[in-house]
Amino acid sequence: MAKDLMKGNEAIGAAAIKAGCRYFFGYPITPQSELPEYMSRELPKVGGVFLQAESEVAAINMVYGASGAGARVMTSSSSPGISLKMEGISYIAGAELPCLIVNIVRGGPGLGGIQPAQSDYFQATKGGGHGDYRLIVLAPNSIQEMCDLVMDGFDIADQYRNPVMILGDGTLGQMMEAVEFNEPKKRELPPKDWATTGIKDKNGKKRLISSLFIQPEDLENHNLKLQMKYEEIKKNETKFESLDVDDADIVLTAYGTTSRIVSNAIKALKKIGIKAGMIRPITLWPFPYGAYEKAADSAKAFLTVEMSLGQMVEDVRLGVNGKKPVYFYGRTGGMLPDQTEIVEKVKKILGGEI
Amino acid sequence: MVEQQIIIAGFGGQGVLSMGQILSYAGLLEGKNVSWLPSYGPEMRGGTANCNVIISEELVGSPIVKEADAAIIMNLPSLEKFEKFVVSGGNLLINSSLISEKTSRGDVKAYEIPANDIANEIGNAKVANMVMLGAYIELTKIVAKQSIIQSVEKVLGSSKGNLIQINEEALKRGAESVKCYK
Repeated sequence: MAKDLMKGNEAIGAAAIKAGCRYFFGYPITPQSELPEYMSRELPKVGGVFLQAESEVAAINMVYGASGAGARVMTSSSSPGISLKMEGISYIAGAELPCLIVNIVRGGPGLGGIQPAQSDYFQATKGGGHGDYRLIVLAPNSIQEMCDLVMDGFDIADQYRNPVMILGDGTLGQMMEAVEFNEPKKRELPPKDWATTGIKDKNGKKRLISSLFIQPEDLENHNLKLQMKYEEIKKNETKFESLDVDDADIVLTAYGTTSRIVSNAIKALKKIGIKAGMIRPITLWPFPYGAYEKAADSAKAFLTVEMSLGQMVEDVRLGVNGKKPVYFYGRTGGMLPDQTEIVEKVKKILGGEI
Repeated sequence: MVEQQIIIAGFGGQGVLSMGQILSYAGLLEGKNVSWLPSYGPEMRGGTANCNVIISEELVGSPIVKEADAAIIMNLPSLEKFEKFVVSGGNLLINSSLISEKTSRGDVKAYEIPANDIANEIGNAKVANMVMLGAYIELTKIVAKQSIIQSVEKVLGSSKGNLIQINEEALKRGAESVKCYK
């Protein structure tokens, strides 16, 4: 299939429909509104349902319902809207329902701004909603990778009965790049023998989807079962890309749009004789801690670059585990990290100035 | 490596974003790597709009253009805002129909193109953007004119045959307008 030029937000929609998603519940918010707009136009053509809910809270609970009935379903929003969805996301994680949630992040906190940011990292990877739950968080850095991860994301959600989040940012949502839609690697997907389709189980029991376990023993057991699943996900799904890490004096870490700015900075550093490499997490949860084991021995220092004031840097510190210093550079509020400033920061770190 | 990083800026409604899209699509048709990044926000017709386009033989790194090989400037506020982003020796294309001021940069190659006047002569004020694009590809040869025309067909739809013709004329007139600089 020939490559097409697509806007990130629209490409997510196209990839979702190709992956068999037939239900979208959402509410518009900049900078992701092209995605619901695309779905409102395209889903009816394939017999799907697009519904603009009265609020984000309603939308996420519609996702809960559709997923409970076994449908392939998604929602999308941007930061403040995702905050509103958090209660529902915790319920979905608790009830072990598969779905895809897209967050095209903008600056916060509060109503914040509408320009790109990465300041929802904590919310995406460390909870956000209540309880001991995990989202599988995928962080693409190009429109092509966004399509690939959306398509695979639905399968990952089904395989583990777990909500999957695509964490983008305003730049990725708004920009256009060439895309082609590739079938994801084939996964063995379990039958949805839990879905509330009106059918009783073989033993005549009614199917029930709930996150309520009133007996503490039952709730503890449920949580232990969830943890076992999370361990399995860590083992199987952790994904990252490394660039020139082996002989690097300094290893930078960045994800999403920022990783592309960092890759430019690394090129500029090479030109002045500085050996720099990059670890780019593709799954933010599970975080690729293992990628730092060898690098913490070979590199002299680490630098994390984010469009926030320091969130993922905490995971990098856990990965490096005190073996080497971990520095941080970030811009926030919709401002983008600057390639030259990254280069300057690296020079200062390696020159012993900070 | 052949790479062009371009800033296109002007009023909303001048076809600034579509100019960038047409250029990007033309690059894609030629098998190049491209990115198109618009400014977005609480913007409206008459407000400012701009986009960053990168056309490269290599994978595109950051889609954000801070050091532009060229800037296509459609109105005065954009000249003031974006002329500083052009690299020394880069191309600065100025729509002189709407901008009477000169650039303050002495180290760039400035081209004054009366894009609106040319568009009006052709008979459609809306193709001023294509006049600028014609001038730009004449100067850089980053994509072939034919690819731009194919790209216009894709963006406008092939049913708009008459519009294709006028766009083609606009590209030609734009190219002619910068030949005197050579």
